[in-house]
Amino acid sequence: MSDPKETSITVEVVYRGIFQKTLAQRICRSIVLAARKRGHTGTAFARYGDSPERNGVPAKQFAVVAINDLELEASMAKYEPAVVDVSIAVDDTLVKGVESWAWYGRQPIWKPVKKDGFVLVTSDKSPDDVLAQTDTAERPYSLVVVPGGASFAGLWVFKDDHTDYRVLGALAKIAPDWVRLDDVMALIKEQTKDESAVQSARYGYDAAKMRQVKAGEGTSGHEKLQFTKPGWTTMRTGIVVDARKPGERNPQYKKYTARTLRPVVNFDTCIKCTMCWLDCPDECFEVTPEGHYEVVYQACIGCGICAQVCPVKDCIVMVDELRFEDNEDKWQFWKKDRDGYNKWFEAKSGVSADPKVRTPAARQEGSGNANPSANPTSASGGDD
Amino acid sequence: MAIQVKEREHQDVETEQLMSGCEAIAEAIRLADVDVMAAYPIRPYDGVMQAAAKLIANGKMDVEYIVADGEHSQFEIVKHACAVGSRVFVGSSGVGWFYAFEAIAVTAGLRLPVVAICGNRALDDPGAFGTEHNDSLAVRDLGWLLPWAETAQEAMDLALMAWRVGEDKRVSLPVAIGLDGAFLTHSQQIVMVPTQAAVNKFLPKFDLGDRLLHPDNPITIAPQVDQDWLMEIRMQNDQAMRKAHDVITEAHADFKKLFGRGGDNPFLDEYMTDDAEFVFFGQGTLALPMKVAIRRLRKEGHKVGLVRLKWFRPFPTQEIVKSLSRFKAVGVIDRDYSFGSPYYGGVLYNEVRSALYSLDKRPTIVGFIAGLGGREIEQPMATDIFEKTKAAAGSIKSGDMTHWIGVRS
Repeated sequence: MSDPKETSITVEVVYRGIFQKTLAQRICRSIVLAARKRGHTGTAFARYGDSPERNGVPAKQFAVVAINDLELEASMAKYEPAVVDVSIAVDDTLVKGVESWAWYGRQPIWKPVKKDGFVLVTSDKSPDDVLAQTDTAERPYSLVVVPGGASFAGLWVFKDDHTDYRVLGALAKIAPDWVRLDDVMALIKEQTKDESAVQSARYGYDAAKMRQVKAGEGTSGHEKLQFTKPGWTTMRTGIVVDARKPGERNPQYKKYTARTLRPVVNFDTCIKCTMCWLDCPDECFEVTPEGHYEVVYQACIGCGICAQVCPVKDCIVMVDELRFEDNEDKWQFWKKDRDGYNKWFEAKSGVSADPKVRTPAARQEGSGNANPSANPTSASGGDD
Repeated sequence: MAIQVKEREHQDVETEQLMSGCEAIAEAIRLADVDVMAAYPIRPYDGVMQAAAKLIANGKMDVEYIVADGEHSQFEIVKHACAVGSRVFVGSSGVGWFYAFEAIAVTAGLRLPVVAICGNRALDDPGAFGTEHNDSLAVRDLGWLLPWAETAQEAMDLALMAWRVGEDKRVSLPVAIGLDGAFLTHSQQIVMVPTQAAVNKFLPKFDLGDRLLHPDNPITIAPQVDQDWLMEIRMQNDQAMRKAHDVITEAHADFKKLFGRGGDNPFLDEYMTDDAEFVFFGQGTLALPMKVAIRRLRKEGHKVGLVRLKWFRPFPTQEIVKSLSRFKAVGVIDRDYSFGSPYYGGVLYNEVRSALYSLDKRPTIVGFIAGLGGREIEQPMATDIFEKTKAAAGSIKSGDMTHWIGVRS
């Protein structure tokens, strides 16, 4: 095994609040501990300003591995590395961009990745499908897809689905100078005494699919959100900021990148009962002139509560976020072209727009992941 | 902002009254037409509570008087009242002041011009009602303006100054007037109480402008900002504190024109310093026994004087440099302690030494800790301070020590 040419490597794990915090922490810690087996040193930390207890919010954790303590110092006492060698997204919908906090704007998933670095995504989709929803590359990088859906392993109770081991195995494939597969497997063996976990790392190593991305590849369809933070002479006095006017939404914080699934509404079956509008914790529903409730996708975090409280079967359906290219409100579409809208609804959701037609079995697969509002961690399971 | 008035046009209509420092503050609350005050008893602040309550009961004052369930609530009440545009007053003492500390910190951060008194009292434990300045001084880094009074008259005058300076849009910071427990708060002196008309000329109506928290002016105050904004906000506070120096100077000039009081220098009160070789330096009521000592020592032929600090924050660095660089030695008398500080000195001692550090010619500065817990500063102690100050003159280094005065071994 050759010695690394660089003196350190920086890896970030982009994850979703609550469900994936422990997963991200386990990956980052394991990177350092595996690298330690071959004599490197390192640090693992979470971005301090993140609030990873917020449902679905894109948050980050980091691992830095260096050849010695002196080289590591340049990466210490930081909130967030400005440049990373590898960005790992443990939910493929994160490739649509990351807006972690107010005034950060929506940032492309590859934003901190250096030229010829790696974006590693856990996904059941092909690299081309993932790339189709990733912002246009400004510099070349390698897109690596590790098979597997978005893990909802949990925060307090960690229900391990081996996502961490598959990711570590894939990382050993792209950064062997820093993290060797043998070391990863030995570490997992020590930690779990579970041969299937060890084999998951090998599977991640073997099954990772890589695609070179050239500058200019990707989609230009995502909205650009960038803000200039005010200085002390341009800020208002006394920690005062303008409040939102009634009906106005926050222009500096949209929140929609928190979404793994989005609610899609069948306006034909809506009974205008107001439940979604009342229960939405982010006040995402606008009442239409006819008394329907349309989702403002700019504000929706995809929590799924509307779909849970809706009394009409399949009137609000939660659908994989990667199936959508825009954040346009859809009521006008339905108003102008009901048949067209209903076809679109069926194509996206896998559910018939006609309530007399039974929902095809394909829906379970077609709607993607489990409803995140039904927190899988509340079930009894293994404790970490 | 300067006020055009004839010299001392109101001198004939002031009324002379015998009142304690606490009563003088209550009179200032009445004259300033305060909207909301909050109270919670602790000696010596409770003297203001009682005096204000009496004015209300006698129909002489109209103020929303809220008795809180503790000091933290007390300071939160006025902070919020201030945010919706009320002129406010509050105060506490000793550990009560400390119980309000979180509210005290955020009030300065929010740039809300709350006016308070801190009736200076030793911090528990052990229990002691007497004066010590550590309660006020604990907030010295937070953005509160901190003046100290020597007399009941000055307490009233500084209170009127406090609303004028604190509420000025260029400053917009809270003010906590230091009043020595017992010696000032609970001792009655002759006080000239100005007329309402004169005070109205001096003190404009409180106007928060576009920071007013009101349904017609939707704003959010103090959102979470993290490292992205915080340093700029601290910078704003720093700039406000810098501006406070000039606003105090301006207000002091107007006050002197209207009421004829306050001396030549807004920040320092000098006594017998014209030909002095040695001076005492301190704040609050300890100036009184030291002035007695100066007259006595002068009879013995010693060229000694006093420089009394009137505003600890903003610290009048340039004025202090200009004043103290004239002398051979300065004895800084701290009615406070700062355990483990450089040369184990008090707070004033180290602040003064820091201010004078870069001077080519600087006096020897000797530290004294005296009068803690309200212990009286007796004449033999004053003589001791003088002799130690004089002996240290001529060698800067001989000031690198702190003497405890009047302490039993």
